[in-house]
Amino acid sequence: MANATASEVVLERAPAQAHRPPESLVAESWRRFRKHRLATFGAATLAIMVFAVLLGPLIYRVPINEIDFKAKLKGPSWAHPMGTDDLGQDILARMLYGGRISLAVGVAAMLIALTVGTAVGALSGHAGGVIDHTLMRITDLFLALPPLPLLLLIVYLFRDVLKKALGPEAGIFIMIVVVIGGLRWMPVARLVRAQFLSLREKEFVEAARSLGAKPLRQMIRHILPNALGPVIVAGTLDVAAAILAESTLSFLGLGFPPDIPTWGRILYDAKDNLDFAPHWAIFPGTAIFLTVLSINYLGDGLRDALDPRKVL
Amino acid sequence: MSKYLLRRLLILIPALFGISLVLFTILALAPGDPFEELATNPNVPPEVRANLRAQFGLDDPIAVRYVRWVTAMLKGDWGFSFVSRVNVSTLIMQRLPTTLFVLGTAQLLGLIVALPIGIYSAVRPYSIFDQIATTFAFVGFSLPTFFTGLLFILFFSIHLDWLPFIYRADLTSSGWRWAWEMARQAIMPIAVLGLAQGAAMTRFVRSAVLEVVRLDYVNTARSKGLSEKVTILKHVVRNALIPVVTLVALQIPGIFTGAVITEQIFRVPGIGSLLISAILSNDTPVIMSITFVFSALVLIFNLVADLVYGWLDPRIAYR
Repeated sequence: MANATASEVVLERAPAQAHRPPESLVAESWRRFRKHRLATFGAATLAIMVFAVLLGPLIYRVPINEIDFKAKLKGPSWAHPMGTDDLGQDILARMLYGGRISLAVGVAAMLIALTVGTAVGALSGHAGGVIDHTLMRITDLFLALPPLPLLLLIVYLFRDVLKKALGPEAGIFIMIVVVIGGLRWMPVARLVRAQFLSLREKEFVEAARSLGAKPLRQMIRHILPNALGPVIVAGTLDVAAAILAESTLSFLGLGFPPDIPTWGRILYDAKDNLDFAPHWAIFPGTAIFLTVLSINYLGDGLRDALDPRKVL
Repeated sequence: MSKYLLRRLLILIPALFGISLVLFTILALAPGDPFEELATNPNVPPEVRANLRAQFGLDDPIAVRYVRWVTAMLKGDWGFSFVSRVNVSTLIMQRLPTTLFVLGTAQLLGLIVALPIGIYSAVRPYSIFDQIATTFAFVGFSLPTFFTGLLFILFFSIHLDWLPFIYRADLTSSGWRWAWEMARQAIMPIAVLGLAQGAAMTRFVRSAVLEVVRLDYVNTARSKGLSEKVTILKHVVRNALIPVVTLVALQIPGIFTGAVITEQIFRVPGIGSLLISAILSNDTPVIMSITFVFSALVLIFNLVADLVYGWLDPRIAYR
């Protein structure tokens, strides 16, 4: 009953926990979330990563593109905590800078996937009939497309134009974000549609309808907030998937250009030097892995915390 | 059964058309011109260029071009690779078996890992074994294949020097020696792909078995004196596998992502690495055809999943 309203949840839980004062939905979710130890660990790791990439470059003021052939391919040392690459550039500085982009791609692509998915799902679930049928067939078609080959095809065809139109950084960023987000909205759409189908028959929506609420107000004000739980979980996991997709593209050498060192791009540059500079690959790889792992644990914890059926 | 199969095969046709429409729309929307090279070459007079354009029908309306492209694809004429000067279909047919071999074996390895671990975990939930298995599954499912691939090379090829990290299609040896060399070079790509798949599947199997194992009919089976082994394997697992098949089927498009990456890392000569090299050398006909082949493979594997689904669940009528 992920779709129960806040008041229903409180009512259901009331007899067993009469001693606890009533909490707001957020406070209640937070209390439930903290019980999931690994999710708390994930949230903490992620917070550290976000702070590091946001504030790190302000404190650690080594330029990302200072070439120093005397110090090339050196392992970690005090001068270069994560070592240097084949041009003697500092890997820590590049990781901090690239992390910003990797995380930004993840969040932006997630927002696109959620917006498109929610809009399609809400329209489909609310309208029903031919619109619903058509939208769901389109969703099925998109679900059958293999994401990476399609991503590669689109990048290949549109890369140069966007680079010319918007500059290498912004053009590639927008293209990657739009394409990754545009290939990940389908699960959200199905989820939102299913929630809408069951919620629109509920009494509280009927009450709103009989009080004269217009369809749009019913959707946005009454149904959508109650369908939010699973959407938040899906959105969290989408961030991880988008970060992975961007890293994959960059790892194949088809994502960001070399002067924008996202984690996947650093790994791509490092992969031919594995035998004498393993540190070069291990740091960015671990960063991607830790981020994805933390986000997945976070999603797991949110799933439990936002599901009122689960007794925690 | 055969009627059902036929009907499912017929459904494939509109699906393939849908995919071809999506791909062609993307291609048509893209700027750029296959004759760009000719346009910038001063030695080619403009009349020749215009004639060539007319000959290949590049100035026709999009709908006409789409119909022409689809009919050519249907006839098996997939175009000509700009780079290797070979028919695209020949090129793909050379590479496809390797991809299918690596993918299939990896999928099998995933199942061999996931089924026993997932079932054992769910039968003894929250035991030490379950906790270790769940943690490993979570870690394995969060590890990107390109990073595991590099770690495998670092450890098994560079550090231990046990396995070659380049996959060669042109092994010169024969007989047992060939089999041995083949196994040695295939083991890393298959393991990287299979373990990633296995980690995801373990999670599915565990949660599905966990749902079924507490149902009443399982208690009935136990109380009528069936051994634990028979109860779990015959009564629980068969029912639990039904949702697992659905989840695995939903993962199918993603499998190809892993295939492209592992082929690229280990230089496996399959269609995934062909796709990457075609993109790097601007070989549009090859890129379009491979994307189409990947999409078609997704549909075919979905069909297989549906058939397995019907075999596992007799409630689904083949109508």
